[in-house]
Amino acid sequence: MTEVTLRVVLVVAAALVATGVYGALSQQSIVMIMMGLELVVNGLILAAGGIWWSGGHPGNASVLVVVLVTVMAVEMAMGFAVALALYRARRVDLTDDAAELAR
Amino acid sequence: MTLLIMAAALGAVAVVTGIAVFVVDSMARATFLLLASFVAVAVLLLAFGLAYLGIVVVLMMTIEMMIMVVFMVMLMMNPAGLEPMTMVHNRAGSRVIALAVFVVLAAGALLVPWPTRPAAPGDPTTALGADLMGPQMLTMTVLGLALLATIVGTVALSVSPGSRR
Repeated sequence: MTEVTLRVVLVVAAALVATGVYGALSQQSIVMIMMGLELVVNGLILAAGGIWWSGGHPGNASVLVVVLVTVMAVEMAMGFAVALALYRARRVDLTDDAAELAR
Repeated sequence: MTLLIMAAALGAVAVVTGIAVFVVDSMARATFLLLASFVAVAVLLLAFGLAYLGIVVVLMMTIEMMIMVVFMVMLMMNPAGLEPMTMVHNRAGSRVIALAVFVVLAAGALLVPWPTRPAAPGDPTTALGADLMGPQMLTMTVLGLALLATIVGTVALSVSPGSRR
């Protein structure tokens, strides 16, 4: 039963990651792209929690959850700082308007 | 058995609200749907016995989404979704890539023979703390440095352009 539950959890985590990838790729608004990235990290947290629960060393997978939570905080802070700096400099909040590096 | 039903139900909630984030017009609604997705995952963590980390995720995401709402009202056009609009590019390509990602990851989840051992006895929070302050000290140090770099970077980016020398 443990194995079935773990597989269900991992498939759900895969669905969350895929949804986040879709959002990050398809959205134009910078804030919505960050939501997609958060959803990817959400799936990874769920997967790490499931692996922790299904056995193994009690520390390692939960350390991974701590790392992921930190990643989320860093992503959010830097993302908003960049979005704000970009908006201040150019009044731009869509990725398609910030394409200086594209040719 | 109870945990299997719980995992399926909460997982469905997490995925449905996650998909709805990119379907609804209103960005405020999208934010709270994302919060619902995170809370569903956090409740699952609590059910797994990760009491501390589950609570941390709930608290952090609630605060983070409130900050996100503020930024949305500040920066975005149409934050309340009063007029329907979609702001997407390359939808078909994104769908194909996302579907491919899901197929690969789900195949891994279903085909890999995952090890299932009974969880080690003892309090998981104590084990986590002992690990972070012992064998995982390098991880902890790197996380601390990354957070410090984030503080410096965000402050450097946020000071108004006029005050830069």
